[in-house]
This record gives sequence, C-alpha cells and structure tokens, in this order.
Amino acid sequence: MAASPVPSKSASAFELKADAFTLPVIRLLALDMDSIAVELEAKVAQAPAFFMHTPVVVDLSALSEADADVGFPQLVGLLRGLGMIPVGVRGGSLAQQEAAKAMELAILGDTFKPRRREDGPQLAAEHAAVPAPDPVGAVATPESPAAPVGIETGPTLITRPVRSGQRVYAAGGDLTVVAAVNPGAELMADGNIHIYGALRGRVIAGLKGDTSARIFCHDLQAELVSVAGHYRVSESIPPELKGQRVQVYLDHEVLRIEPL
Amino acid sequence: MARIIVITSGKGGVGKTTTAAAMAMGLAQRGHRTVVIDFDVGLRNLDLIMGCERRVVYDFVNVINGEANLNQALIRDKRCDNLYVLPASQTRDKEALTKEGVGKVLEDLGQGHDYIVCDSPAGIEHGATMAMYYADDAVVVTNPEVSSVRDSDRMLGILSSKSRRAETSAEPIREHLLLTRYSSARVERGEMLSVDDVQEILSLNLLGVIPESQAVLNASNAGVPVILDHESEAGQAYSDMVARYLGDDVPMRFINSAKKGFFSRIFGG
Repeated sequence: MAASPVPSKSASAFELKADAFTLPVIRLLALDMDSIAVELEAKVAQAPAFFMHTPVVVDLSALSEADADVGFPQLVGLLRGLGMIPVGVRGGSLAQQEAAKAMELAILGDTFKPRRREDGPQLAAEHAAVPAPDPVGAVATPESPAAPVGIETGPTLITRPVRSGQRVYAAGGDLTVVAAVNPGAELMADGNIHIYGALRGRVIAGLKGDTSARIFCHDLQAELVSVAGHYRVSESIPPELKGQRVQVYLDHEVLRIEPL
Repeated sequence: MARIIVITSGKGGVGKTTTAAAMAMGLAQRGHRTVVIDFDVGLRNLDLIMGCERRVVYDFVNVINGEANLNQALIRDKRCDNLYVLPASQTRDKEALTKEGVGKVLEDLGQGHDYIVCDSPAGIEHGATMAMYYADDAVVVTNPEVSSVRDSDRMLGILSSKSRRAETSAEPIREHLLLTRYSSARVERGEMLSVDDVQEILSLNLLGVIPESQAVLNASNAGVPVILDHESEAGQAYSDMVARYLGDDVPMRFINSAKKGFFSRIFGG
C-alpha cells in the first residue's frame, strides 16, 4: 500500500486545495527607504489593528528604474517591525525577483487579467493620483472567479442596494448601509455593521475576531448573521425577531439577538 | 450614435426574446430606425419570434469574423421598414463573441440607427456579459416569482460592475424593470408576488407589467411580435411600455384583475 500513488481516503493526513485570498498590496512608487518608512508608519498609525499580523505583498511593477536595488532586507525589516508579515513580491525585474527570493519572499504571478487599457497613460495618471502607498487603492481587488469583493478601509458608507452576489468588506472599520441588502448579498466588516434598509442577505461583523463587534439593523430578515465567527442562519433566528429592529452581539461566546 | 438597450434577466424563459422583439417593433413603428440583435449564439430564437427564420443567410458571428458585411447579414422586417434583425449563429458557441468584435458591430450599426436592442441569452456567462457590456439602457425582465427576482437582482449587480460604463466610470446604465407573465388573479390569491413585492427587493424604475396571456404563445408560434396584436392585453401592455420608455406618462394597466361579473363567471369569459 505504501507504494501506491493514490493513498486511500482514510489514510490521507491532508487535502491539497487551491484557494484565493485577498491580501493588501504595497505598491512601491519610489525606492527611498526613509520616506517609505515615514509614510508607512503614518498609515499604520491610522489603523493599527488592520496591519497587525497581516500578510502583505510588495508590488514592484510601478517602479520606474527596472533594475534598481530594492533593498529587501531593510524593507522586510521595516514591514515586520510595523507588525506586517511580508509574504511575497509581484512584478519587477528578474534581478529584483532574485533578491526577493534571497529574503525568502514568494514570487507571485500577475493576478490581473491582461487589460489593455491599463497600459500607457492611464497607468501614469493612476500613479499621480496615488502618491503614497494608500491602503484603499493598494488593497488588491481579487480577480479570482469568486464574486468580486468591494474592499473599503475604515468607516464605509453604502447608499445603493447591495444586490445578490455582491460582497462588501469594510477592512479595519465599521460598515453602514442605508439601502437594502438583498438575498445572496454579503456584508463583512472588521468592526460593527449598521443596516438601515431591509436586511435579507448575510452579515459578518468582527471578521478578524473582534468579539465586541455588533450588527444593528432595522428589519431583520437575514440569511445569516455572524459576529467574530459565531453565527446563526435564518432557520435558527426566532420568528418573533423577524422583521424587527435588532442588535446582534456576543455575550460570553453566545450570539445574542435582541430587539432595539 | 444609437442608444443601446439590452434585454436581460439572468433566468431563462421569462420572456426576454418576446420582449426584445416587441420593444424593437414598437420603437420602429414609432418611426425610430431600430435593429434588434440576437446574442444567444448557439440557441437562436429571435428569428422565429420575428418570423424571418427562412431569410437568414449570414449572421452576427459571420459579421464579427469578417465573413460577411453588415448589409448582407441584416434582415429587413417585412411589416416595418424601420426595423432590421441581426440573427445569431446557430452553429457556433458564445466564445465567438469577442469584446472588440461586438464593439465594432455596434459602432457600425450605431451610424445608421436610433436604437439597438440586444436580446441577451440567459445566465451570467460570456454571452450575457457581451450583450450588456456596451449597453446604455437595461430592461431587466422578471417574472413575479422568487427565483426570477433573485436572478434579476444578481444581474443588476453585474450590470453595475461589468459594463463599459462601469469600467470607464461613465454615467451608469439606466436600469428598468419589466414584469412579465403577471397574473393579477393569482396575486390576489397569494400564489404570485405582487408588483410591490418585486419592487421592494429590486427597487427599480418600473417600465411596464405584461399580463400572462395566451396571445404571447400564439404570436411566437406565428412569428409575429405580440405588440402587433392590438387586441390582446399583452400587446397593449408592450405598446404602453415602449411609450413609457420614450418618455410618455402612461398609467399602468392590467395590474388589478377585473372583478368578474355574474355572466362571465358562469360562461368562463
């Protein structure tokens, strides 16, 4: 049996699967390590919880000098010092990628599908508009087959209906929706979530484990509510709470739904 | 430039092709130079509904591939001089529709026409996204039942993110709701969602409500767009819908079931 290339089901200790993750991307626009440090520290100070133990990817594709020495040892040290976990690089020249490998960073493929219009003047304009590595612009938009996630950083306000199949994630902050959240839509936030329209979709507050996060809604018809990993599906929400104004919170590891 | 209208839904069998044929005919009859395109490559139906299936020589994919020019592929409607049909290919699959190819055809058609009506295939895959990519207006065809409403909701999300207008941050696509196969009697018995129920979820500009009608099936079988059947409620409702699209203020009809009188109840009128 040991020689068999296909281990029997009960014997396998792991499954090999592919999955897509959304990681913040730090897109380097210049190589002045001092100004990178100053700007990064300012960014991290705005949302320390967002960056703590967060894997990040360094994007080299926007650098003008193709073969310049990035100084990966300093860069990795800087990112680690700020609590981030640098995991890989994207883009850059072969020499830069070799230097990244020497620092045990993974070389990640270009996840963006070729979009012709991205080359040329539009890209340059984008750079001009984003002078510093800005978390809002820099967080990767996953081009995975899964539904696109609209990622926002800090307090986020959504004024249009969130429709079936749409996902909104407020990283490091609260999410407020003043329209309906329809069946099959998904809201996620690291902080609290407020919904002022009918709530018919899925809502996940405290996505990164904040047990003090809460969900507030005006009309509870949700498919699923979750705070810091504790969840209830529609079936296990008491019928007398359906259609009510409620808050959802964690009380000693028990998910409570309470009328407001 | 012509205004590009996509007739879409997500779900199949809700009346997209019937609507595309009726709307194109309605616009053409009001004097607008109109062309209706079948995007359902591989499952061609629009030619049957338009009654031109025996005159198809070249098709949409031939034009995209440069095997025929537009004038060879366009079929002029026999009932209305302002209306042309661009049929789909039955022998290819939807991958034959390229973004560049579709864009070029729509641009060329835009020179000589006022409206281009795109009949989208069901689903949210390549064919459907190609049909909506260049749209200026979207008519979301929905039946008053929960699965159709959810699929329309999904399609609206895609319209707001994957169209050319969304990608270039232009003014968003104008979205309209068309409720089809509506039976006010069944709504009253609680067997069907009402207009208000659907609007509560989709909250869109309501372009019209088309009542369930045998006339639609009869018209399809005869290859005559149902809007030409002026006697039928469905035909009248489509005429109202086209008028509303063009900016007329027309009251909604056929939403409330007529209280049946004693005789009609007895004689099943």
